[in-house]
Amino acid sequence: MSLVITKELIAQHNLTDDEFKKIVEILGREPNLTELGMFSVMWSEHCSYKSSRVHLKKLPTTGPRVIQGPGENAGVVDIGDGLCVVFKMESHNHPSFIEPYQGAATGVGGILRDVFTMGARPIALLDSLRFGGLDTAKNRHIVKGVVAGIAGYGNCMGVPTVGGEVVFNDIYSLNPLVNAFCLGVAQKDKIFLGTAAGVGNPVIYFGSKTGRDGIHGATMASDSFDDQSEKKRPTVQVGDPFQEKLLLEACLELMAGDLLVGIQDMGAAGLTSSSCEMASRAGNGIDLDLTHVPRREPGMTPYELMLSESQERMLMVAKAGKEEECIRICKKWDLDVAVVGKVTGSGILRVLDQGKVVAEIPAKSLADDGPRYERPFSPPGYQDMLTNLNYDALPDVKDANAALLALLESPTIASKRWVYEQYDHMVRTNTMVRPGSDAAVVRIKGTNKAVAMTVDCNSRYCLLNPYEGARLAVAEASRNLACSGAEPIGLTDCLNFGNPERPDIMWQFVMAIEGMKDACEHFKIPIVSGNVSFYNETNGLSIYPTPMLGMVGLIESADKTMTQWFREDGDDIILLGATREDLGGSEYLKVQHSREQGSPPYLNLETEQAVQHCVLQLIRTGLIQSAHDCSDGGFAVALAECCMSGPDQPHGAVVRLTPGRQRNDSMLFGESQSRIVVSAKPAQRQAILDQAQQMGVPATVVGVVGGASLVIYVGGERSTTKTVDLPVATIADRWGLSLERRLSQE
Amino acid sequence: MNVGVIVFPGSNCDHDCQHVFQDVLGQSVQMIWHKETSLKGIDAVILPGGFSYGDYLRTGAIARFSPVMGAVKAFAKDGGAVIGICNGFQILLEAGLLPGAMLRNKSLHFICKDVYVKVENAATAFTEACESGQVLKIPVAHADGNYYTDPVTLAAMQANAQIVLRYCTPEGKVTPEANPNGSLDNIAGIINPEGNVLGMMPHPERCAEEILGNQDGKLIFQSLLKAMKVKV
Repeated sequence: MSLVITKELIAQHNLTDDEFKKIVEILGREPNLTELGMFSVMWSEHCSYKSSRVHLKKLPTTGPRVIQGPGENAGVVDIGDGLCVVFKMESHNHPSFIEPYQGAATGVGGILRDVFTMGARPIALLDSLRFGGLDTAKNRHIVKGVVAGIAGYGNCMGVPTVGGEVVFNDIYSLNPLVNAFCLGVAQKDKIFLGTAAGVGNPVIYFGSKTGRDGIHGATMASDSFDDQSEKKRPTVQVGDPFQEKLLLEACLELMAGDLLVGIQDMGAAGLTSSSCEMASRAGNGIDLDLTHVPRREPGMTPYELMLSESQERMLMVAKAGKEEECIRICKKWDLDVAVVGKVTGSGILRVLDQGKVVAEIPAKSLADDGPRYERPFSPPGYQDMLTNLNYDALPDVKDANAALLALLESPTIASKRWVYEQYDHMVRTNTMVRPGSDAAVVRIKGTNKAVAMTVDCNSRYCLLNPYEGARLAVAEASRNLACSGAEPIGLTDCLNFGNPERPDIMWQFVMAIEGMKDACEHFKIPIVSGNVSFYNETNGLSIYPTPMLGMVGLIESADKTMTQWFREDGDDIILLGATREDLGGSEYLKVQHSREQGSPPYLNLETEQAVQHCVLQLIRTGLIQSAHDCSDGGFAVALAECCMSGPDQPHGAVVRLTPGRQRNDSMLFGESQSRIVVSAKPAQRQAILDQAQQMGVPATVVGVVGGASLVIYVGGERSTTKTVDLPVATIADRWGLSLERRLSQE
Repeated sequence: MNVGVIVFPGSNCDHDCQHVFQDVLGQSVQMIWHKETSLKGIDAVILPGGFSYGDYLRTGAIARFSPVMGAVKAFAKDGGAVIGICNGFQILLEAGLLPGAMLRNKSLHFICKDVYVKVENAATAFTEACESGQVLKIPVAHADGNYYTDPVTLAAMQANAQIVLRYCTPEGKVTPEANPNGSLDNIAGIINPEGNVLGMMPHPERCAEEILGNQDGKLIFQSLLKAMKVKV
């Protein structure tokens, strides 16, 4: 089978002429078709990070708790007691648009494997989702499919989906985002890496059989979409969570014995990536004999076997002589298993089939020597138009009741109960704070500790100013953790952007990296793992820049865990932080004035940190009953959420705001940063105010919990105008059932 | 007491049940692989929740053929206490140890949330630590919990007080609105006529510790210990 590698064939593999020349140089000859395919997936944007790598290097990745930073299957951070948490977030955007259920399901499957491959038992999943508006049937179909896919996979695996966020904006109609985060717990001294060390050690394949699904998935994920994208459905993999559950238990049993040298899952680029990356990390080679690879159907070519992205497969390098024990454990769990090769000292990934060499490539060249691009970047011409907004031309809010209800009903702010009730969020009996608070909290069995997790990114802020938007995302994530009583210990990112070959998109990317870097360095939060998803573009229209963050925090004493909702009538309501005139980029401007314009809210990192330290101190000393950060929709929405997001009956509240010279709408709905609404027993009032003053944080008693309505007076001390006056039952109904109602339209 | 927790391929609440009996209630627990054929030395059997064999066919339909199920049937026939929770309940139905079948939830969605159940019969080995008519808050997490049986069987179960738990409002009213899945007669949990086999859809193991904010589920396990005359 000698096939001439034509220009068309090279282009079909998404390789440039220069990249092809480099391949010829590496091999000293033209590649055959199998080799061309292997290079094309490994050198795809998805696998090689060729456009992003030079910039990702700027991010802070180290810290006293960091055990494993970027470059492995997932990041690892020490939490004491001989334990560590292993976490990562990854995108599955492209497949989820083509086939919502399977795209989302296999996204969950992939991130779970990344975590248990490291030797950790996954204990929590979170998801960050972006969809178009719910007024089109197509978008509703995508939402339902994605949510069902996440539920179908995570529920069956018995890993709780404890939190996440969902944002709706028409910019995501043709490019929905599905970012899945997973966290696992492992013993600190029992971390497994993807390395093929030890010449002569056997290479063992286990898990599902290899089929013809998902071939070129990584290449598909590295391309823009057009009207023909639905035809790419065959590149989407099909998930089998039951098989993955068996794989998980088998892996943990294998790891409990002294059997393994290294292990890696077959994710994007399947057998090719797992073999060449493990070999490259160890500086070794691998001889891989495809003859023994379990397969779903006869007649599969080496090209198909090496590029298949069939799910639920793993490659392990066992200690010599331990093959039989490995095979026994895999068989106990009814998995396919076969010795498919051995580690060599040649540095070459040599692939054989029926005794014939079908590919022979230096492993390191394939895994690590892909092209690197310093792509040109410059701000788009429309940037000024986005940020310039004449607020004087916008009338102040007239009917604040209607405005608040409209915000509470907007799908981005409305309760996500319809979503998370489809996820098993309690299995493994660790969930202390369920979905619906600022951060999800799970206890760590066998210790007094708990871990808090949140996923955050306001992509509108990032559109208006990618540098500020990224800083704001770090600040908000960290604030969400602080409100739950946790100190941030690490971050994973999932950077969703458009086409990096466009200078304006590359500019968004570079600025966002700078923003993340500055904020993370200030807060001393290391970024330990992550993923880049480019080409989120359809017919030339890009998504908003969406550098999604998954942040993990530690609560040293689990009984000092805090939630966002009011607990008792009669409690004081205290606002920590100051309200500025920050209407730019707000959800209010979008919902009320149909504008996504202006400058994102002002952020001072020192002020932010002081507020976070203050709330942590108040939680640890037991002075407060609840803490909720102000974000989308501003103070009024935060207050409404405090009233009704709790598990029990909703509470009312009576609050007075004195605006000085500020507009009413910015007082109520502006999204000033570094603000937290807390509630506390009146007896603690003075202690709280003293504590805040000591830490240099503005703190104002603004009202009291209680009554059947949410009432907000805006004006001087004696003002009797109820700017907001709504029965709690009304806001609970509008906020609580909005999503359900919109999704039940036919 | 020596509790046996059966592990089917795809069981995923097995560790949770182990944790409650072992770490919360201080009992000894043995994890029993589904290929085992003996339950020697076991005092009570738990069939945990999960997705046995992926539940790609009818829920529990394949697990009933697991080798261990022969031993479970014999154990039950000899009067041994068996609790099936969620997928475990579904397996008990498929195995014929309890009457009826599960349909898809009325909403057609998987549902995970706290629900309230009323203890309709407090004179069983699984509820004797509760008051009659007591309302328990226990979470459900399932896609197929819509219990169904024929009218004759239902009437017999009602007559024998075999319906142990029914979905209700927080105040204890058994209403259609309080029924999360469309279950016949708001059935959340039933026992066999002999009273030694319980199947229930809600997960008591998920609410048996203070740190999780709810300990109502503990009453089910404490009842069992009480019935088995175990000192805790």
